[in-house]
Amino acid sequence: MKLTLKIWRQPSQNVKGKFETYSLDNVSEHMSFLEMLDVLNEKLSFEQKVPIAFEHDCREGICGTCSLVINGQPHGPLQGTTTCQLHMRNFKDGETIVIEPYRASAFPVLKDLSVDRGALDRIIQAGGFISVSTGQAQDANAIPIEKDVASHAFDAATCIGCGACVAACPNSSAMLFTSAKVAHLALLPQGKVEAQKRVLNMVRQMDLENFGNCSNITACEAECPKGISVSNIALMNREFLSASFSSNDAN
Amino acid sequence: MDNLNLNGNVPSGDLSDKWTKYRSTLPLVAPNNKLKIEIIVVGTGLAGASAAATLGELGYLVKCYTFHDSPRRAHSIAAQGGINAAKNYRNDGDSVFRLFYDTIKGGDYRSREANVYRLAEVSTSIIDQAVAQGVPFAREYGGLLDNRSFGGVQVSRTFYARGQTGQQLLLGAYQSLSRQIALGNVKMFTRHEMIELVVKDGKARGIIARNLLTGELEKHGAHAVVLATGGYGNVFYLSTNAMNCNVTAAMRAVAKGAFMANPCFTQIHPTCIPQMGEYQSKLTLMSESLRNDGRVWVPAKKEDAKAIRDGVKTALDIPETDRDYFLERRYPAFGNLVPRDVASRAAKTACDEGNGIVPTGLGVFLDFSAAIERYGKSKANILGLSNPSNAKVIELGEKVIEEKYGNLFEMYEKISGENPYKFPMKIYPAVHYTMGGLWVDYNLMTNVPGLFSIGESNFSDHGANRLGASALMQGLADGYFVLPYTIGTFLSEDISTPKLDVNAPEFTAAADLAKQRIDKLFAIKGKQSAESFHRRLGKIIWEYCGMSRTAEGLTLARQQVRALRDEFYADLYLPGVANDLNPELEKALRVADFIDLGEIMVVDALDRNESCGGHFREEYQTPDGEALRRDDEYAYVSAWEFKGADQDPILHKEMLHFDNVELKTRSYK
Repeated sequence: MKLTLKIWRQPSQNVKGKFETYSLDNVSEHMSFLEMLDVLNEKLSFEQKVPIAFEHDCREGICGTCSLVINGQPHGPLQGTTTCQLHMRNFKDGETIVIEPYRASAFPVLKDLSVDRGALDRIIQAGGFISVSTGQAQDANAIPIEKDVASHAFDAATCIGCGACVAACPNSSAMLFTSAKVAHLALLPQGKVEAQKRVLNMVRQMDLENFGNCSNITACEAECPKGISVSNIALMNREFLSASFSSNDAN
Repeated sequence: MDNLNLNGNVPSGDLSDKWTKYRSTLPLVAPNNKLKIEIIVVGTGLAGASAAATLGELGYLVKCYTFHDSPRRAHSIAAQGGINAAKNYRNDGDSVFRLFYDTIKGGDYRSREANVYRLAEVSTSIIDQAVAQGVPFAREYGGLLDNRSFGGVQVSRTFYARGQTGQQLLLGAYQSLSRQIALGNVKMFTRHEMIELVVKDGKARGIIARNLLTGELEKHGAHAVVLATGGYGNVFYLSTNAMNCNVTAAMRAVAKGAFMANPCFTQIHPTCIPQMGEYQSKLTLMSESLRNDGRVWVPAKKEDAKAIRDGVKTALDIPETDRDYFLERRYPAFGNLVPRDVASRAAKTACDEGNGIVPTGLGVFLDFSAAIERYGKSKANILGLSNPSNAKVIELGEKVIEEKYGNLFEMYEKISGENPYKFPMKIYPAVHYTMGGLWVDYNLMTNVPGLFSIGESNFSDHGANRLGASALMQGLADGYFVLPYTIGTFLSEDISTPKLDVNAPEFTAAADLAKQRIDKLFAIKGKQSAESFHRRLGKIIWEYCGMSRTAEGLTLARQQVRALRDEFYADLYLPGVANDLNPELEKALRVADFIDLGEIMVVDALDRNESCGGHFREEYQTPDGEALRRDDEYAYVSAWEFKGADQDPILHKEMLHFDNVELKTRSYK
């Protein structure tokens, strides 16, 4: 395959970026998208040019490190697939592919295609946990949990924290990400104890980080590589409202 | 020169209450003193995150480092299968002793009894802790936790969370860590990579971390340093490890005197997707559970294998009579379910004989057609269909397989582009886990006082082979329940030591050393990329120090690794600058350490004149090709002292004593 690549280049956070065009021959259809970028980078290196910075690690679709907006879609055209699991057989010979970083004011571009997603960690730090210290736990089978409830919590817990939901949203909202953690923990008996405090604190942090609000476009669900459902957002809104009315504190 | 005196500092007493007694008597650090003591934890996988969180809860001042952008990304997240614990919830006769015994036996009697027993003992607390954190383990309809049998043991002790157990356990630890970060007990440094260890007055007192965004070399001090930096599987270049997994932190410690133990003990996983081309960057694991229903085969005729490789024929063109189900043929008792090392070697043998089925020659089939037919017939029976058509049976059978392995089949199809319901999967063994690692005593402290190593980065619990679902167990045992206690033995002697001054000459010297290493790499101005050296190193190690090894091959490998090192330092091309985000520099620094580790691995494999677990020396096998262990001479841990790249490493031995188990030969025939 022969490809034309239009890739966003930006030397650092405070320098203006622009698209550069590269052409690449001999791309095998069996290559993953990131392997295609590896090949381009090796080529750039030998031409004494600066390779393109992009983030990646496990390359098996679970760590959430890889990102990229490919032809306008976070993680590219294939549904339920991270960029690292996307293969070149999904593109056509001679195609022009546009590759950009995630665009959101809460995710500043660090270099080229790398962005800072630290805001998502800070939302978790605001309350995305159960306050149990090591050694305090009772026997694991002491509280039975209905299979369907556990399974529902699991569906929410599979979020990989990649941030595609934010990149997909015209408002750059992190509601899907935040609600997935709120739902995961609120559904389980272990997480109910501090559920009110959790949702208030996480939503507050989300707003502090400059994420936008949800206007029910649901592009987040469509682009989520793990298929996290927008019904979590409804659950979070319910939790948030009831906590707002009944809770005395948000700290 | 041999040194036989390496002491594991195992406390005396009966195996079964050694840990309880020790834990109740070891020195403590008072709460008011903990507030003045700093601990550095490098790595945020299961071991690092759980240790940092727990130490923070205890009141220590913790500083935690990861090269990732977030502490949720470490490769623990990719573990699929599950986590073992001796809960005996199935009432099937499991116990702490049985888990201990299975782990010692599975490790081919090359691990330390007391450590393994402690691991089995604390395994139950891990499950309690994880459930309390909200880890959504699989449950039964009654609401209680489900278990499955895993990795060829006779009890069901594996807890699992769909195919994502590692992810859910890591998120549990990450969330606990996040809570401690928010409370200010842990200071988190993301995008920081440790590139030097600081030793002051003989004790580990800090690290030099490279800020990966700015390139700045930062000096960080602490009373103790904990390495939770994972395994070194990427020395093979292609492995199931994540791209950024590396051995640099461990090798920096080795350069400062820490011993590297049993580096030749590496685990090859039999069911990975084979390499498709030179550009390939990593291999992907397909869960071991697939072997429950898949049959492994190659064409019996070489001409058929060639026709498949050339794309002239497919698996479906080979009649049943011309297929060699080699695992079922060689191991009638266990068949396709033989342990990882045995299955891997058999696949290699089949391919070495010329019967491989992918263009590189290195691949075998994993075929589900028999299982699809069997399940389909049984389902038709349940539905009361008399005389169902063949197509109907297959349709029903495929549904059953989809329920069991749907996500794995989907992942396979995404990567390979082939439908595994219609065509057999193509698989080949790949490096997956490294049992070897930094030598540690019973306290998980290396031979450098104040330097601890936990999780996959140490050597301690898996001997020569790790059982399935035991890696998660060990990482969390070390981080939640062992290190937070044992680190007190060192720190209790250190309560009057003030905060470390990072302007001390030892810190400056270590930072200078790191800078010199970076400058040296930039000064080479050669022609070959770090990646290309890494790929070549991987080929040497895989060829001669992979699934099977010979003295002759290892001797050759050592020469080749040394020649590669010379070439690396003469012809490396490094783009960009040091004071910037520069992934190529990160890679080059890591490859330099992989080369040194590669040589120690080869030396270790050459020293160990026996076959055990993941280490198979062709000279030491039974007449029917099985591993021949030599307990009389090799029941020891090899701990290597590195004396610089131009010198032979020095071997220190820790003799292994087995007072509670009888040494037996594994047999799966």
